[in-house]
Amino acid sequence: MKKQRFWPILMIVLGAIYFLLPLYATFEFSLRERRGEYSFDSYANVLADSQFRDSFIYSVVLALATIVVSLLLIVPTAFWVHLKLPQLRPVMEFITLLPFVIPPIVLVFGLIRIYSRPPFVLVSSPALLVAGYVVLSFPYMYRSVDTGLRAIDVRSLTEAGQSLGAGWLTILFRVIFPNLRISLLNGAFLTFAIVLGEFTLATMLNWPAFGPYLALIGQNRAYEPAALAILSFGLTWICIGLIQLFSRGSREQTQLAGTR
Amino acid sequence: MADKALEKGVKLAAARPRTLRINLNWLGVVPFFLFSLLFLILPSLFLLVGSFQNEAGDFTLANIGDLFQPFILNSYWLSIQVSAVTALAGVIFGFGLAYASIRGGLPRWIRGGLMTFSGVASNFAGIPLAFAFIATLGRTGFITMIFKNVLGLNLYDTGFSLYTFLGLSLTYMYFQFPLMVLIIAPAIDGLKQQWREASENLGATNFQFWRYVALPILTPALLGTGVLLFGNAFGAYATAFALTGGSLNLVPIQIGAQIRGDVLHNPNLGYALAFGMVVIMAISIGISLLLQRRTSRWIQ
Repeated sequence: MKKQRFWPILMIVLGAIYFLLPLYATFEFSLRERRGEYSFDSYANVLADSQFRDSFIYSVVLALATIVVSLLLIVPTAFWVHLKLPQLRPVMEFITLLPFVIPPIVLVFGLIRIYSRPPFVLVSSPALLVAGYVVLSFPYMYRSVDTGLRAIDVRSLTEAGQSLGAGWLTILFRVIFPNLRISLLNGAFLTFAIVLGEFTLATMLNWPAFGPYLALIGQNRAYEPAALAILSFGLTWICIGLIQLFSRGSREQTQLAGTR
Repeated sequence: MADKALEKGVKLAAARPRTLRINLNWLGVVPFFLFSLLFLILPSLFLLVGSFQNEAGDFTLANIGDLFQPFILNSYWLSIQVSAVTALAGVIFGFGLAYASIRGGLPRWIRGGLMTFSGVASNFAGIPLAFAFIATLGRTGFITMIFKNVLGLNLYDTGFSLYTFLGLSLTYMYFQFPLMVLIIAPAIDGLKQQWREASENLGATNFQFWRYVALPILTPALLGTGVLLFGNAFGAYATAFALTGGSLNLVPIQIGAQIRGDVLHNPNLGYALAFGMVVIMAISIGISLLLQRRTSRWIQ
């Protein structure tokens, strides 16, 4: 038994070194701002920077808008397809998989070329950025909602609602949404984690979001980037931690996002 | 019987207004499909069509042909190398990690901890990840300084640099390993303990169990995830940009430069460059899906 455990332990130790060393190193690096002693100066600098707050809030608003639009597009459609148009399911699956096939850098290329000339000039509106983020959220939002819909008896719930006199909107918002809340929270937090630090779309469409701000700091400062990396890691941890907390007990969880 | 007759009756009764109802049903999915058309399909089609046009808008294959000039071929080749190396390393090490934590006879909290951490780390990509590696292995990074101060060795004199192929690969693996762990864990769970016991009862050695039972069952899953990891690295832009500032000739970096200013001096060649990237992504995701389907035959 002892001998058998040698390899597993070695693997885990190696993994722990590879995963934890950069985190420790980044943390140590972020404390080096003051010469000769450790300090939290770099964190203080970051938090005192008005650009940090502005870009962070900007990205939080973008993330919330993305979540709302994505939920309003995906949930009613997935519900409807489930109930009335099951033959459309492969099509839905295909479309929501496409953002994995079309990397963000290619998607934004196409968006810019189409919407920077008449008849639709959208590049001057942050709505185009939100639209792009909604597309990026499709794969896990749809998978998350689809898993949730499979787990509940959509037909019975709908018929029960109808026989009590509920209209479609009532059924959707007071029956389906609450029953899917774990899946929806799952998708929402993942979207939040991804939009918050997203760089490619934001920089190409030229909006003052958090991702481009990070890149800017990376070019101009020495220790603040490390502090920002630690803060970002903490935020990602919170989002994923909440997802795992919500979906405890349910086997399936979606926490895989696309390429960045 | 009665139920069936009743059902038939209901169906007949519903037959007349059916055409109308189907039309209304389709209305329900219009917002989603319209949105997808506008912000996903049309932009992609624009690049596809543009790849086969010259600047005057006439059909041409010249752009596709121009993809084969050395400068562009090199960027595809470098992207493919980085993706393949990190995918391969991700498959081997990620599988080892997942297997060790699930079947290694280690305490259960190790598995829980690894899974939670993998969920976080696989989403910790982009700019902050680049920062973390610069703080670790950059010119004044933590490990670089340890080598310098303790061993008196300047890593950057030995030819190592974070801003090269090796450094980029090391960085990408930080999200490749955890992704592998998350995707392969269910497949390892699906390897039934009885298969091992059965093979042991039949006198198989540990090697024979792996060679003739476990690996053949896991191969589609391993390959499928590997191809997925390949695509994951291939499409990454933010990490590469933040780490190398555009000095490495990768396809996403080239496309980024082409968007910012027409560096290829031919917009349509830029579309073809992006189109080529989508083709490679489509092939890898397609293979991955096919292999996943094969896996699920054995592992539920």
